[in-house]
Amino acid sequence: MSEGLGGGTDFVALLRSLGHDPFGTIVSASADPARPAAAGTNQPVVAHGTTVCAIRYADGVVMAGDRRATAGNLIAHRTMEKIYPADRHSGVAIAGAAGAAMEMVKLFQLQLEHYEKLEGVPLSFEGKANTLAQMVRSNLTAALQLGLVVVPLFAGYDMRRRRGRIFTYDATGGRYEETDFQAEGSGGRDARTTIKLGWREDLPREAAVELAIAALYEAADEDSATGGPDPVRGIYPMMATITVDGFEELPDAEVAERFVALIERKRRESGMPEPPPAPPPATPRRSRATRSEGGDAA
Amino acid sequence: MSMPFYVSPEQVMNDKAQYARKGIARGRSLCAVAYNEGILLAAENPSEVLHKISEIYDRIAFAGVGKYSEFDALRRAGVQFADVRGYQYSREDVDARSLANAYAQMMAHTFTNDIKPLEVEILVVEVGMTAAEDQLFRITFDGVVLDEDHFSVIGGEAEPIADRLRESWQDGLSLGDALRTARAALAGDDRTIDPHALEVAVLSRANGRRAFRRIEADSLAELLGS
Repeated sequence: MSEGLGGGTDFVALLRSLGHDPFGTIVSASADPARPAAAGTNQPVVAHGTTVCAIRYADGVVMAGDRRATAGNLIAHRTMEKIYPADRHSGVAIAGAAGAAMEMVKLFQLQLEHYEKLEGVPLSFEGKANTLAQMVRSNLTAALQLGLVVVPLFAGYDMRRRRGRIFTYDATGGRYEETDFQAEGSGGRDARTTIKLGWREDLPREAAVELAIAALYEAADEDSATGGPDPVRGIYPMMATITVDGFEELPDAEVAERFVALIERKRRESGMPEPPPAPPPATPRRSRATRSEGGDAA
Repeated sequence: MSMPFYVSPEQVMNDKAQYARKGIARGRSLCAVAYNEGILLAAENPSEVLHKISEIYDRIAFAGVGKYSEFDALRRAGVQFADVRGYQYSREDVDARSLANAYAQMMAHTFTNDIKPLEVEILVVEVGMTAAEDQLFRITFDGVVLDEDHFSVIGGEAEPIADRLRESWQDGLSLGDALRTARAALAGDDRTIDPHALEVAVLSRANGRRAFRRIEADSLAELLGS
């Protein structure tokens, strides 16, 4: 029991006072010389997450991310999840060093819940964005020494301002509010361009989801590290909307259907001949075991 | 050189216990009642911001009576204990039993070693996957842990309220029935408690990962009316 740890609400500080060092551990563990290093550098080969995006629309924001993680030029993981609920009304998407990013998300979720329980009210949206900035900054040593850069994308519904908001970060903890949309990761630029061409104020949900789908498709088309739709294995990007009603993940079947429609449209537009009748899309198959950890099942 | 007066340990303990009981008896009582979807906690509390009932972890709630500053410090310590344990191991490894034990150690230590004992009594409640796995721990000011079934009452009026619940509690109560049962037991025969003077929360199996939900005044009036 830990009475007398002060009246603070900072979960990371609490962990440090008990001898845990959440950000330091990443540095010392990864700096182990026995671990394999990429050729010509002192950087360990670690999994990297690639393209994620967030789009503001009429009711809030839609977030989307591909499912691929890469290690160097290899595909490290095909079903990685990059969109996490941070609390009931916000979500965080990760690009960059996967291990460090997932630990950061876990700490961020715990910090928000810890604060909410201790104080009886959730942090303001601004407060949540600042908390994440401090965590990104705490990771700076690892980012500089080992290239384990983590760039989260934070988005959600601001209950006080009654609208969707999006924040991006740089490795030093710089925090930038985006007015309309943003995409991060290796395919971020292509995704951003796609969104830019289709975005307008007060998009309805349908159009915002379609735009996110198109953005991920174009990113995967141009960037080898971004995973496209995989009908063979039934793996499709992960998408979620965050509105006044909370964080809601789109059902796999809906995402799969929209991708199939997009591909069909592309094929028609390019004048390709009709393929033999395809079997219905494979039943989506995703590993969801780790999802519930820390997340808010709203 | 002056010698301190000798006071027998028995006398010291009795005095402390009496002091603590007096402090606890000044406040209103609180009860936890099992119902078909989980556990309902109800307290007589005129304040809407100074809570007696709160969330500790996914399936665990805390309730305290007595001196607010003291049980609130215990509550905060409980949240820290649970969150650190969940981070260190896993969310499944946080349970009411270990939390109740930690509280008991802490409160017993204060009772024996400090001049002033804690003027609080607390409940640590965990909703299980099934009603059979529900757990209710009542911890007294001197660190005694009592493991109770179906319902539990703390506060100065605990005994008469527990007697009333023994009469009225039934297996498989609906939320509305459990609420009415709890309100009637807290009030006794000669008065009723206004919904605005009630603080109510549930740990419900239907709520997903975080089972704790407060029931605010308007839905409370609706539930009591139906």
